[in-house]
Amino acid sequence: MTTSPEKGQLVTANRLRDGIAVFLTRSGVWSETIDDAALALEPQAAAALESRAKDDEKSTLITGAYLIDAERLNGRVRASHIRERMRALGPTVRLDLGKQAEGTGAGFAAPEGV
Amino acid sequence: MYRYDEFDHQFVRDRTNQFRSQADRRLKGELTEEEFRPLRLMNGLYLQLHAYMLRVAIPYGTLSSKQMRQLAFIADKWDKGYGHFTTRQNIQYNWIKLEDTADILDALADVEMHAIQTSGNCIRNVTTDHWAGAAADEIADPRPVGELLRQWSSLHPEFSFLPRKFKIAVTGAPNDRAAVKVHDIGLRLHRNAEGAIGWEVIVGGGLGRTPMIGVTVRNFLPEHELIGYLEAIMRVYNLYGRRDNKYKARIKILVHEIGADKFKSEVEAEYARRPQASTEVEQRELQRIAAYFAAPQLEKLPRWSPGFEEAKLGNPSFSRWTKNNLGPHRADGYTIVNISLKPDGGIPGDATSGQMRLMADLAERYSFDELRVSHAQNIVLPHVKKDDVFAIWKALEAAGLAAANYGHAGDIIACPGLDYCALATARSIPIAQSISRKFADSAKQDEIGKLKINISGCINACGHHHVGHIGILGLDKKGEEYYQITLGGSSAEAASIGTILGPGFAGHEVADAIETILDTYLKLRQPGEEFLAAYRRVGAKPFKEALYAAA
Repeated sequence: MTTSPEKGQLVTANRLRDGIAVFLTRSGVWSETIDDAALALEPQAAAALESRAKDDEKSTLITGAYLIDAERLNGRVRASHIRERMRALGPTVRLDLGKQAEGTGAGFAAPEGV
Repeated sequence: MYRYDEFDHQFVRDRTNQFRSQADRRLKGELTEEEFRPLRLMNGLYLQLHAYMLRVAIPYGTLSSKQMRQLAFIADKWDKGYGHFTTRQNIQYNWIKLEDTADILDALADVEMHAIQTSGNCIRNVTTDHWAGAAADEIADPRPVGELLRQWSSLHPEFSFLPRKFKIAVTGAPNDRAAVKVHDIGLRLHRNAEGAIGWEVIVGGGLGRTPMIGVTVRNFLPEHELIGYLEAIMRVYNLYGRRDNKYKARIKILVHEIGADKFKSEVEAEYARRPQASTEVEQRELQRIAAYFAAPQLEKLPRWSPGFEEAKLGNPSFSRWTKNNLGPHRADGYTIVNISLKPDGGIPGDATSGQMRLMADLAERYSFDELRVSHAQNIVLPHVKKDDVFAIWKALEAAGLAAANYGHAGDIIACPGLDYCALATARSIPIAQSISRKFADSAKQDEIGKLKINISGCINACGHHHVGHIGILGLDKKGEEYYQITLGGSSAEAASIGTILGPGFAGHEVADAIETILDTYLKLRQPGEEFLAAYRRVGAKPFKEALYAAA
C-alpha cells in the first residue's frame, strides 16, 4: 500500500439534465463518484482533461466544468477544498441523502461534524 | 387571500410554457449555458452544489392549505420529500432536475404559484409581517399593498434589469416583524392624529457585505401614491445606481454615497415630473385587491377560554409552548399559533412533505385555510380559536412540530450554507444544530428569554447575521471553516447592525462561545432585561472579557 498520496488536479462539473456533480474519468465518461476521476499530475495533463470537458459542455452532457486540486491515496480521491469534498458526498447534515447515501460517495469521511 | 384573475392565470401559464421551450432548447444544445443561465434564474432555478435548486415565491408569505399541499406534492414527486423555508418567506427545493422543472412550474401554476422574481436583478418577491391581518398591534393589513406591488413589479419592463436585485418589505404594525429598515425599500404604516393612515417610505437598507440601515425619505405618503412614488425611487436608482461593480450596485450604496438629502431631492424631482399624476388606477386596483384580503368571519368570543386554561393547568409542556409560541390576536378568544420549524438539533426551516400536509390540514380545520411563512423560517396559523389550541398542539407534537422555542435561543435563523449552497464559504446548519442542542434544556432557554441568533454561511448574509442579537458569520480561512460572532444586531423598529466581538472560532467552538456570552448576560442583566437591551446598556466589553480572557 502506498502511504504518500499522489497530488494533482481533476475536472468536475454538473450534469446538465439533473445538476448532479460529476467527475471526468480516464475513459472520458463522467462518473458520479470522485474516486473514478482521472487525476492529472502535470499541468499539461490537466489542460487536456479540461479541454475534453469543454467539448462535453458543447455537447450538452455537462455544464460548468472546472479543475480542482485533489489527491489520490490507495485508490481513493480526496478533494483539497471542503466545498468539493461536500460535492463528492452530499450534505453533511443529511447523511441519508445524496451520493453518500446512494453508493456513489467519496471514500473519505465527511468533513468533521461540529 | 388573493385569487388569480384570468390575466394572472394566463400570464403565469405563458411564462411556464416559455420556460418549457427554453429548457428544451438548452437540453438540445440550441442554447448555451451563458444564454440559458439568466433565463433559468428568472424562473427561480439555480445550480447548487449537489443539483439544481428551485426557489418558489410565496408572495408576502401567505399560503392556502391547498397551496401548502401542492408544495408537499412537489417535494414528494420531484424532490426528496422535504423543502426548506427561507428567510425571504419562500420555499426552496434542493434536488431538482432541469428536465423536470417545467412540469414543476406547471404544478405550481395549478395552485396560482410560480417561481418568478425569486432571482435576478429585478424587484423580488415582496415580504411582509407574518402576522399580517391578525396581529393585535396592527394598524391595517399590509398584504393588499404587497399584492399591488407584486402586480406592479411582476416582469415590469423598466425594472427587470436593474443594477442589482431589489427587495421590498411592508409592515402594517408599529412593532416591526418584517425588518423594513434593512430592505432596499421598507414601507411602514402610520396613523396620524386625525386617524388617517399613511406610509413611511424607508430606502437604502440592506444586509450582505455592506450592511446598512435605511433612511426615511417620506414620513406619511398616502397609500394611493405608493406606486408613483416607488416608481420615482426605482427610476433614480436605475439611472444612478452603479453597474460597474456588483458589490456597489445596491441602492443602499447609492443612497449613502450621494447622501440621503441629495437622494431624496432626486426622488422628489422625479416624482414631480411623473407623466401621469392621477392615481385613479391605483385606487381602483387597491380596492379590488383589498376585497380579497377581507378579514375572515371571526366569531364573537369571550377573551377567556376555560378549555384552554384547563389544558394549560393539566399539561406543563403545553403550557410552556403556549407561553412561547402564541402571538396576540386582534380578536378576543383568538390567538396566533407560531409553529417552530426548529426542533432541538434540527435543520432550521426544513419541513417534510408529511409535516407540510399536517400543517395544511390544521390550517384548513382551525385557521380559515391560511398559513404564513415567516422570515425567521417558521410557519404561522394566523387565526386560531383559543379553544382549539390544545388539539393543534397535540397534532403538532405527534409530528415533531411542537418545539416550544419560538423567539428563543433555539429559534435560530440559518441559511443553507455550504451543505447545499454554491456561494457559501462555510456550513451554517451544523452550527445552528450544535447551538440548538446546547440550549435544548427548556428551563435554561426560558431563563435566557427572548433571543435571536442568526447564522449566515457567507458574506451575502441570507441568514441575516448582521441583525441577530447574536450573529454568526461563517468564513473560509485557507480551506477551513471559521466563524465570526457579532452582538447587538436587530431588525426590529429600532434596527441596528451587530458589531464583531473579536477573533473568530472554529466550528466546534461556536456553541461553547455562545454559551459563555449568554452566561455572561445572565450574570449582568437587570430584572426583566432582555439580551439585546442588556447588550445596549453595557456594550461589548464584559462579553469580550468573558470570551477571550482565557485565551
